[in-house]
Amino acid sequence: MLTVTDLCCARGGLAVLTDVSFDVDAGKALILRGPNGIGKTTLLRTMAGLQPALAGSITYPEDEAAYASHADGIKSALTVTENLKFWADVHGLSDPTGLETALERFDLTDLRERLGGTLSAGQKRRLGLARLGVIGRKVLFLDEPTVSLDGFSVKLFADWLQNNHLAGGGVAVIATHIDLGIDAPELDLTPFKADPNAGGGSDEAFL
Amino acid sequence: MSIWKYANPTKFMGWTAPVLPWLFGLAALCLGVGLVWGFFFTPDDFRQGATVKIIYLHVPAALMAINAWIMMLVASLIWYIRRHHVSALAARAAAPIGMVMTLIALFTGAIWGKPIWGTYWEFDPRLTSFLILFLFYLGYMALWEAIEDPDTAADLTSVLCMVGSIFAILSRYAVLFWGQGLHQGASLSLDKEENVADVFWVPLLVCMAGFVLLFIALVLMRTRTEVRARQIRALENRARAQNA
Amino acid sequence: MIALLLRDLRLAVRAGGGFGLGLAFFLIVIVLVPFGVGPQSDLLTAIAPGIFWVASLLAALLSLDRIFALDFEDGSLTLLATSPLPLEGVGLIKALAHWVTTGLPLTVAAPALGFMLVLAPEAYSYLLLSLLLGTPALSMIGTFGAALTVGLRRGGLLLSVLVLPLYIPTLIYGAEAVRRGAEGLDPSGALILLGGITAGTFAILPFATAAVLRINLR
Repeated sequence: MLTVTDLCCARGGLAVLTDVSFDVDAGKALILRGPNGIGKTTLLRTMAGLQPALAGSITYPEDEAAYASHADGIKSALTVTENLKFWADVHGLSDPTGLETALERFDLTDLRERLGGTLSAGQKRRLGLARLGVIGRKVLFLDEPTVSLDGFSVKLFADWLQNNHLAGGGVAVIATHIDLGIDAPELDLTPFKADPNAGGGSDEAFL
Repeated sequence: MSIWKYANPTKFMGWTAPVLPWLFGLAALCLGVGLVWGFFFTPDDFRQGATVKIIYLHVPAALMAINAWIMMLVASLIWYIRRHHVSALAARAAAPIGMVMTLIALFTGAIWGKPIWGTYWEFDPRLTSFLILFLFYLGYMALWEAIEDPDTAADLTSVLCMVGSIFAILSRYAVLFWGQGLHQGASLSLDKEENVADVFWVPLLVCMAGFVLLFIALVLMRTRTEVRARQIRALENRARAQNA
Repeated sequence: MIALLLRDLRLAVRAGGGFGLGLAFFLIVIVLVPFGVGPQSDLLTAIAPGIFWVASLLAALLSLDRIFALDFEDGSLTLLATSPLPLEGVGLIKALAHWVTTGLPLTVAAPALGFMLVLAPEAYSYLLLSLLLGTPALSMIGTFGAALTVGLRRGGLLLSVLVLPLYIPTLIYGAEAVRRGAEGLDPSGALILLGGITAGTFAILPFATAAVLRINLR
């Protein structure tokens, strides 16, 4: 469902990763590993279409991608329900059952009328992840989704990912340092590190 | 063999180095001849007296003030469409020169205006247009300075230059809406009847050629500086990546 | 797209949203002018059209940096960029929301403040009409400026430097329409050109805004 072929991506005018290739079938997840600064975020953002690739191709069904990072896009002046409903509406899904399911799966039902600004960091994170449940996107690019979550919440997220998202035929590419407890292959990005002398970024023209 | 290959930064540094001294020499020659001729060997105007001789600075500066912006617009378009780095850097290099030309035109205009119109400044359409042009140069340069990443800066400033051009033209016609001001009509046109007399016209042409050459030489020199700065940055980036 | 408009308006009226700040600023500028200029009513009458337009322009400028900055900081803008909403639409809606929260209130309030500056009686209808036609352009141009400077620290001052020159044609035609109305001349030419600028900015600038947002997000 997601195919990446010979992908090269750059950060700040300098190539960081080269010739990354992998496939993810429907219903499967892929965990990205590698030391800090290797380019996990750059790779995820490139795949989500937020920045152009230097070379290579990324294919997945059109209008199916969603990206999530530590910045959740939660408005502190809106309630939990309003925050979720906004993202559902933007994606053209106004069916309230999806919203209810997401609230329930991420243990937010009791907090539904609370303002975003009054939530704790972990609760906010859960709300940010619950967004993924209401937008109905099949291809998820998740950058450190479990930061500031406690063990219980990590399990909630892993359960949702396994039983709702992947079981429904979705795919996910996740950059994370912890063990989510889901059955997914891991991809270490260290071998794809770009050679600093190889060029490729926009700095190349000046070297 | 395409003309674009001369836009490669390394090639650009190569061919500009020998060309620059010639350009500066020619510019100095034209300006020297034109200005001396204009200032000392033309008759005084029968109405304006010797004041008219400031035309040899005023008109070429005003011409280059506008042409510099047009050159930046073209360079921005080339960067935006074909992504030639030198083009973006040339646009950046031209902005301060264009701004100084605008200032020269405004100042010489004020000096000229005082004895002829009795005022240094008047909100006349032409004068106001140049003031607006000055503001556009200021904003464009400020945006370049504010952004750290050079590619982002080049992209954003080129969009600003394109949008700014539209609004600059709109402003030009908006100030005309106030009605005709003090400034005389065009001194130079293809219609021979409207032109200034040949005695003033020929040295003026030499001065304009001098300003054009000076502008090209300065832009090339400043672009070379910008390319060097980018090369240093690229080398530093690579060194950092190797150490990491 | 309507969801985004509703969300922005809801955020604006909630605590800390800043709704009405632009209007309050506008009001204070108008009230302060007679203190600075002096109470001669014929002088105030003469400058009233220009003051109203400059005050509207400054009021619009005041809230521009909020258009994208908050959405950029909390990541909403990145998420919107990967949503089915085109960024062109996002720019358009943001401009519309800005207009509803600043331009529209002060358009409605301006005629009520006319007496503060002894505005000529003939000019009231043209003041309302010119602001109604012109303030949307102020919001749209400002949205483009806000998109240009969204990724910058201390972008607020730079935003003013970039946007103010772009405001010049709108300001000239807007103030000129009111002045001509006040003097009993025909203001239709200025009003038509003002409307033309507004229509033109809404036709072109959403695309420029989207292009600039994409560059700033990558």
